[in-house]
Amino acid sequence: MNVSDLNHSELRSLLKSTGLTLQTGPFITHIQSSISSVSENIALLYADHALAEDNGFADFHVQLAPPGNLRHWFRPQVLFSFDNRIPFKPLPLDQAFPMLEWGMNWCVSGHSHQYLILHAAVLEMQGRAVILPAPPGSGKSTLCAALANRGWRLLSDELTLISKAGGALVPLCRPVSLKNQSIQVIRNFEPTAVLSRAVRDTVKGTVAHMKPPATSVAQSQLTAMPAWIVFPKYQAGAETQLAMQPKSRAFMQMIENAFNYSLLGAQGFHMMTDLIDRCDCYDFTYSNLDEAIAVFADLTPPAI
Amino acid sequence: MKAAKTLIVQVLRQPDKMQSMSMKEWDLLIRQSRHADMLAHIYALLEQKNLLASIPTKPLAHLESANTVVKRHAQAIRWEVHNLRKALETADLPLVLLKGAAYLIAELPPARGRIFSDVDILVPKAKLNQAEAALRLHGWDASHHDAYDQRYYRTWMHELPPMMHNQRQSVVDLHHNILPETARFHPDPAKLLESAISAGNTPQIKVLAPVDMVLHSATHLFHEGELEHGLRDLTDMDSLLRYFSSIPSFWEDLDARAKEMDLVRPLFYALHYCSEILETPLSATIIQSMKRFQPAWPLVSIMDALYGRALSPVHPSCSDWLTGFARWALYIRSHWLRMPAGLLARHLFHKAFYSKKPE
Repeated sequence: MNVSDLNHSELRSLLKSTGLTLQTGPFITHIQSSISSVSENIALLYADHALAEDNGFADFHVQLAPPGNLRHWFRPQVLFSFDNRIPFKPLPLDQAFPMLEWGMNWCVSGHSHQYLILHAAVLEMQGRAVILPAPPGSGKSTLCAALANRGWRLLSDELTLISKAGGALVPLCRPVSLKNQSIQVIRNFEPTAVLSRAVRDTVKGTVAHMKPPATSVAQSQLTAMPAWIVFPKYQAGAETQLAMQPKSRAFMQMIENAFNYSLLGAQGFHMMTDLIDRCDCYDFTYSNLDEAIAVFADLTPPAI
Repeated sequence: MKAAKTLIVQVLRQPDKMQSMSMKEWDLLIRQSRHADMLAHIYALLEQKNLLASIPTKPLAHLESANTVVKRHAQAIRWEVHNLRKALETADLPLVLLKGAAYLIAELPPARGRIFSDVDILVPKAKLNQAEAALRLHGWDASHHDAYDQRYYRTWMHELPPMMHNQRQSVVDLHHNILPETARFHPDPAKLLESAISAGNTPQIKVLAPVDMVLHSATHLFHEGELEHGLRDLTDMDSLLRYFSSIPSFWEDLDARAKEMDLVRPLFYALHYCSEILETPLSATIIQSMKRFQPAWPLVSIMDALYGRALSPVHPSCSDWLTGFARWALYIRSHWLRMPAGLLARHLFHKAFYSKKPE
């Protein structure tokens, strides 16, 4: 049973009462909220996601609710809680859905050390995956959204999960977070892409989320092996340029982009060297998405 | 006893229960353990009983994840202890570890599956300045910069304000006693230092003697105002008692030392709640002896109502309508025990009206 099998009022009342158990990649998140923007956006962006079979177990229990104070009428707010604990300060109420997304990322990155977790997008084509690590503002999500709309299977936009057994990439297919100008860029690039209503003035500026392709969601059980690591950099007006990068430098940059590298100790080191050994590493500068797509289509498998 | 009925305590009492739990029970156990900060403890328990193979994959992932954090943390603490030893050597002082770091370095059972947020060390009061100077020279800086906070710690407390290392962000609490100067009970720290024993194979690193370790753990727990980790601390105590009870005359020594150190009351509570909640086996002699020192029965039943609730994990599944009140009452009690009323009033007044708000 998928989220789309529920009509709006069923979904709303489920979220209000016993909660929705959503299957995203290897995780089951139990969500409770009576906020209408939360249920609308879940209906829109998670339509193809499965409801977890209800055996009573969930990995994460989260709630989104207005704080119980007088702010109800004056600049209303929303609080995210992780099984009744409150890890973040409240945000304005209209940021409830982005807060759910950030909160779910936090649940995974802070409590799932059975994986090496990278702050990177990851997509797959013909059994080979490309990892796009990038600090905010490098255009990683824009490129990721574009590739996902041109036949690449989306594994994740934010969190690359690497399995300890064999180094396979575990999909965690969820909405792609787009910020500021990239919202309009993706609308123009792919008019059929489903985007949530943009939310202004968040810590990351204006934010909207793109619904992941149904085929990507359907293949959430299918892991992929890494073949390329590409560090993207968006530069207005720049020539499209793909340059091979020495593995030593890629290694150091990857550490910067890992959530729990040092926490895994020696195991983290071995997993990271393993990953770098398997992949060809590139720096990629781009300003035109169509040209970027063409470059990615021509990536050659690494000679191992 | 409210806490004894919670799922996590049932599991601590009978780890075998975990072989046949439903997924719904696993869901609850993971949640309660996370709130009690005992996920890795549960992992260690399963490992010890060779039960890891019989646990469903999903809950196991959470236990393993917590275990990964604990392992990394233990490595960091060992390195910290190494650096502290070198720093104190320059002041010609041995490193006497308390609580968590002591369990870890002396390889005692409570260290299994347990995270300790900072390293606690004990130095003679006369050497406090030298110890502090040595730590500052080696990169640890005072954390509380507010002049009142500094004075409060130095005049009335049993430790200096926490010191943080400027590169590793690790925190050290430098103690000269195990209870504040102003507290109701007055253990003599010189006796603790005198009886301290070498930990492992480094003579310069010491830990308290077994009976003192138990007394310190008891004193700490039953003077503690914030009991979010109460169950975890009680579990530490339980595993210490089970482990040390194999030492001949341990119970007699514990009894004698509690009287000598003026710590009978906290020891009574510790043994009482260990046995009531975690079914810790106690010797007949200590039960007899403690009976003579236990508070009047109305007080014991009030304390049972309060501690029975406050020693549960902070989770809705472990709370009832009285839990909030119980936590609040024990918070007030802890201040009451640690400071005379007049001083407490003055301190709270200052905190409310004069202190800079934390940023």
